[in-house]
Amino acid sequence: MSSQTPPIPPEDVLSAAEAEDAKLASAHRSYSQGQLVRRRFFAHKPAVVSMAVLVFIIIISVTSIGFSGQGTGWWSKSFLATGITVDGGRPTMFNDGFLGDHPFGQDSIGRDYFAMVMRGIQQSLVVAIGVAFASTFLGVLVGALAGYFRGWIEAVLMRVTDVVIVVPLLALAAVFGAYAQNLPGGTLTLALFIGLATWTGTARLVRAEILSLREKDYVSAAVAMGAHPARIILKHMLPNSIGVIVVNATFAIAAAILLETTLSYLGFGVQPPETSLGSLIQNNQNAFTTRPWLFWFPGLFIIAIALSVNFIGDGLRDAIDPRQKRTGSSRPGWRTAFGLLGRATAEERAGTQVKELSGGPSQLQMPAGMSDHGPDFGHDPTDEKRDS
Amino acid sequence: MREPVLSYKDIRVSFATEFGDVDAVKGVSFDVMPGEVVAVVGESGSGKSVTSSTAMGLLPENATVHGEVLLEGRSVLNMSTAERRRLRGADISMVFQEPMTALNPVLRVSDQLIEALQVHDVAFGAEALERSIELLERVGIPDARTRIRQYPHQFSGGQRQRIVIAMAIACGPKVIIADEPTTALDVTVQAEILDLLRELKEELNTGILLITHNMGVVADMADRVVVMLNGEVVETGPVTKILSHPEHPYTRRLLAAMPLLRAAGDPSLEPERVSVTERADASADGLAPNGTTNGFSGDGAAGAASVAPPALQAKDVALEYKFRRRATRVVHDLNFTVQPGEIMGLVGESGSGKSTVAKAVLGLLDVAEGELRVRGMNMPALPSKERKTLKREIGVVFQDPAASLDPRFPIGDIITEPMVVHKEGDKNSRMARARELLDAVRLPSSVLNRYPHELSGGQRQRISIARALTLNPTLLIADEPTSALDVSVQAAVLDLFSELQQHYGFACLFVSHDLAVVDALAHKVMVMQNGRTVEQGTTDQVLRHAKESYTQQLLAAAPVPDPEVQARRRTERQRLLAALA
Repeated sequence: MSSQTPPIPPEDVLSAAEAEDAKLASAHRSYSQGQLVRRRFFAHKPAVVSMAVLVFIIIISVTSIGFSGQGTGWWSKSFLATGITVDGGRPTMFNDGFLGDHPFGQDSIGRDYFAMVMRGIQQSLVVAIGVAFASTFLGVLVGALAGYFRGWIEAVLMRVTDVVIVVPLLALAAVFGAYAQNLPGGTLTLALFIGLATWTGTARLVRAEILSLREKDYVSAAVAMGAHPARIILKHMLPNSIGVIVVNATFAIAAAILLETTLSYLGFGVQPPETSLGSLIQNNQNAFTTRPWLFWFPGLFIIAIALSVNFIGDGLRDAIDPRQKRTGSSRPGWRTAFGLLGRATAEERAGTQVKELSGGPSQLQMPAGMSDHGPDFGHDPTDEKRDS
Repeated sequence: MREPVLSYKDIRVSFATEFGDVDAVKGVSFDVMPGEVVAVVGESGSGKSVTSSTAMGLLPENATVHGEVLLEGRSVLNMSTAERRRLRGADISMVFQEPMTALNPVLRVSDQLIEALQVHDVAFGAEALERSIELLERVGIPDARTRIRQYPHQFSGGQRQRIVIAMAIACGPKVIIADEPTTALDVTVQAEILDLLRELKEELNTGILLITHNMGVVADMADRVVVMLNGEVVETGPVTKILSHPEHPYTRRLLAAMPLLRAAGDPSLEPERVSVTERADASADGLAPNGTTNGFSGDGAAGAASVAPPALQAKDVALEYKFRRRATRVVHDLNFTVQPGEIMGLVGESGSGKSTVAKAVLGLLDVAEGELRVRGMNMPALPSKERKTLKREIGVVFQDPAASLDPRFPIGDIITEPMVVHKEGDKNSRMARARELLDAVRLPSSVLNRYPHELSGGQRQRISIARALTLNPTLLIADEPTSALDVSVQAAVLDLFSELQQHYGFACLFVSHDLAVVDALAHKVMVMQNGRTVEQGTTDQVLRHAKESYTQQLLAAAPVPDPEVQARRRTERQRLLAALA
């Protein structure tokens, strides 16, 4: 071949290799993985709004009554101080100025319910973050060791995991919760103990991730260059499974808030006089028909916190996992976040189903032009792709 | 004038991405006549697959298509989803690249073939089964009546591709789109599949749109060629004209970049290549001066320096994979020697055990039997600390550029990682070494702070080579380092590789399935089949004067990018196979 081909004249046509090099030299903006993730996360509207909501909730709960809960912030009432019940404990919000004396009302012994709810939020968040931290740490440790070393280490660790899984979570958490009541450290100790019951999901996910990373060439390259297992796990494998870990941790936060609520409701969680959102609901369940605000306010905050943490987890997953399917530059909006599709897509889907029925295998096939009666749904190819 | 079965008219495709719209195809038009094979060639990113997928409507969700695709005069893009679904399989069908994933592993082959027939009302029930058996016989599956009840994993890769082809022709399509149908297959299997496609085309008068990057396949199959670059057609015409007298400079470059298996007496065979040992000695001497970080001198190796031990030596090596305590031996009685500064090509088809050998040398797999000596020391038997010291003498380049660099490490950290692992140098000297190596692989030092995903495949492979050379190893293991690259990129990487080899003088075990690539680089060649050595010797002996019939078959099956020569080779190969049978 080379003997027949005349020498290639100097041309503006570059070979692929040269074109790539030129492109690299000219590219000036460099995005790291972290920057790309941040970019995608901030383009995810529900996640950003949820983050704002969560930060707002945290700020008011901390600044209003202070860390101690004794009314050291801008809200001067303590969550422990009793008083005279005014107007049957009805909320004064929007009635008596903007907030009034007791914006969320008072409980039966005259404690300020706003201060109590704020304290509940603080305690619930401490539990949530503590549980998430403890369970993620334990889960990552077990999963990474099992996945990397395989063999008997994996067998032992995963059987332990199985044993923890077969015990009902609530029973286990209740036992740990009851045990933690006798220990110093209060809510945080409780949180770490609950974490001992909830790490199993993370361990399994991390193990699966590590198992797939084991087969990657860059891990083989690191093994071949003589790197220590600790270096391979910490430097190569965990950073590459950070997506799974972070996302799982956020969902663990949401789950932990609900678990703490359940435990407190059953009486194994945060103990009085300390309070949490769950125990507020438990204490006031009998008042639901007569004084519903005692039920509604903590309930609303539980929903708000759990929902926004879930949305943040959603956003993180979309941002970290590049395999996530996304239609071009259009970001997940509110409708898609709640599982609602665009009207056009829904109509189009309905339309194609109707057409399929009329042209199904066992029926007469219509000539190409004739099956197109109704509105013109399928013609724009971009429109059509959206539902597949 | 015959009507084209499939014609693309001014196709434009753009993809919406995070960073704005990307135009992948910019106005492409061409026709496929009945019974004609049109090959669309181009490198990755040229838009060849995207263009052809518009006919099937298989583009991802973020694509926007403009233009017209006519199938026998009917516009495909204006059809509804349901209409188009009826079209797929019945009028246009597809053969995919990867036969492993194109078949559903949990369904029997019979179910999948019958499904193809029933969906399009061709046949039902027992009749469909009979038709399926006929189809399998037609594509050359032996004992089709019993084997049709089997699952895909019970067939070999080539047979699976035959089944995929059987599904594609089940409803008598007018056009078959074959997207790199033989890229995942071994050369001998590739030749058989191409033979089959050729027969079917003549028998059924089907138009075939063949998408490929392999000019040899083009020469073997195509009637007409469309050359694409960056979403545009740069040249189109009959195959003889394009391959023998290309007009566009890009086509010429593409052809020039194809590595060629040289016949005996080719003028380009330099006499220099013969004197291997001489050069090896010279480069072994030259190793110390430029080896700034070559700290391997202690532990008794220094005493033996006067007679340099072979860089790598295998003595009666057997390798096995263990699964549930049962060992499957995949490599038997392996013996070879790689002298310092020498490149040994290890060739074979998939399943021959060539990559397993590379794994064992890297210490990723235990040696079951025999000795594997690196610089005279039996590596598997060494205590772990000494083995780690010995590992700095071995560099590695893997096949897949997408997987061989840690996506979370910046390039600078990737290149200096071996130094960090072996606790060598401080931050500044490491970075200096990284700059030096980037310079050696001809990349700007600004990429130090970039991440692998910002680089193309060829560039990443060059980074891999740089990382392998960080500690100035005496031995480099290259496991198919260019198989995943485009031809012109492959040519550039191979040039760079041999240049670096001459400069740094490392010995190399070069694993490849591509005989032409091995011919271009290696001093010695070893051919493996089913875990055993078939033939070994100098490159010239093995590739030009092959003694073993298996080597001859391999050589005969490799297609060359010249239609006339390829036609001649094809008949020769058939004669060879007939003689063997």
